[in-house]
Amino acid sequence: MRTVPFDDVVQTVRAMCGKAACLLPPDVLEALKKGSLTESSALGKAFFQQYLENASIAENENMPLCQDTGFAVYFVEMGTGVKLDSGTIEEALNEGTRLGYKDFYLRKSIVADPLFDRKNTTTNTPCILHLQSVPGDKIKITLAPKGGGSENMSALKMLKPSEGRDGVVKFVVDSVVNAGGNPCPPTVIGVGIGGTMEHAAYLAKKALLRPVGTPSTDPRYAELEAEILEKVNASGVGPQGLGGNVTSLSCHIEFFPCHLASLPVAVNLNCHAARHAEVEI
Amino acid sequence: MSEVKNLTAPLSEADVRDLHAGDIIILSGTIYTGRDAAHKRLCSLLDENRELPVDLDGQMIYFVGPCPAPPGRVIGSAGPTTSGRMDAYSPRLIKECRLRGMIGKGDRNQAVKDAMREYGAVYFAATGGAGALIAKSIVNAEVVAFDDLGPEAIYRLEVKELPLVVAIDSHGKTLY
Repeated sequence: MRTVPFDDVVQTVRAMCGKAACLLPPDVLEALKKGSLTESSALGKAFFQQYLENASIAENENMPLCQDTGFAVYFVEMGTGVKLDSGTIEEALNEGTRLGYKDFYLRKSIVADPLFDRKNTTTNTPCILHLQSVPGDKIKITLAPKGGGSENMSALKMLKPSEGRDGVVKFVVDSVVNAGGNPCPPTVIGVGIGGTMEHAAYLAKKALLRPVGTPSTDPRYAELEAEILEKVNASGVGPQGLGGNVTSLSCHIEFFPCHLASLPVAVNLNCHAARHAEVEI
Repeated sequence: MSEVKNLTAPLSEADVRDLHAGDIIILSGTIYTGRDAAHKRLCSLLDENRELPVDLDGQMIYFVGPCPAPPGRVIGSAGPTTSGRMDAYSPRLIKECRLRGMIGKGDRNQAVKDAMREYGAVYFAATGGAGALIAKSIVNAEVVAFDDLGPEAIYRLEVKELPLVVAIDSHGKTLY
């Protein structure tokens, strides 16, 4: 059994928080460059120029791409042959998040109680953890900081199986179009189909981790992704919701077996500053 | 795209009435920040007939909760937040405090548009997700109220050449 010091995880996570906030991943940058050429409205083109300029300032000056540095959402694959020398992985992630958000001057956006006093925890913790046990002796950590504006436009519906493919397309397209300018389009559309209610939501979020523009490996789902993207971009919502033909950069669908009575569909959107960082320890 | 206009805040009602949805604005001058928690507090003070910590008459509120300022800078990343969450409060600030303008992202509801038309207020869209770029246009930032709210405190900002679009004008026209 390999042993990893608790503090190694903390320091790795601390650094990831800063990197994820300030550095636009190359796949997203590429998609924005492509979008700036595809976009036909003059105002929309101007927004694309601002996004690219923003990414360059953020990288060169270590400034967060967006002031909403988000909820720290971690996807962790923990090898069965590795353990920490003390504490739990969740404790290490929370401590790394606290340090990262402080040391890199990121905004603390978490309130302790969702309904009553809504007092800021001032540390941007707790984080959200999706933990998976995998073979091997490595710990793979993916951080996807999630802003409130795009997260608020999420949608979930338990469709009837009879609604089928058309029902899924309609629900996803309507959700993106109704979101208008709120999620900072052009967005990346994450869709989860199948599983249970909460698993569909998890899949939708996980779908956002796939490199932008990479289609599903299943050709039927790849075709569905392309159709949804085409319909969304034909809607005219456009960059910032102010009109144009690039409302979304990419649509990613993840799917899972489901109950014979169900067809769960969840939609989770990422803004154009689709941030994520990944590291293996 | 329509014409590009240079404006200096605060704006007069005549300035605002002269703006039309689609106009590109380069804004300089003084504005205030405020988002969910600050709006809620302002409206609670109005409920209690108490004086507001900031005189909003003729002023503009930018819906933003900035990142902390790193050493040597006046502010951190500072892009707009979703304006729709302020729809519950904005009509009251326009009507009772004569708020002249708002800066944010995303559409507003009918009550906000009606108040804007009746009292002469404008709604600008700033570029969502371009917080590092926008921070470059902010030359001074000072907390003036609700310090305990952290990123949700009310700041007075001095801005220089902040790029905006008139998304909803005071005549009821909208780009959304």
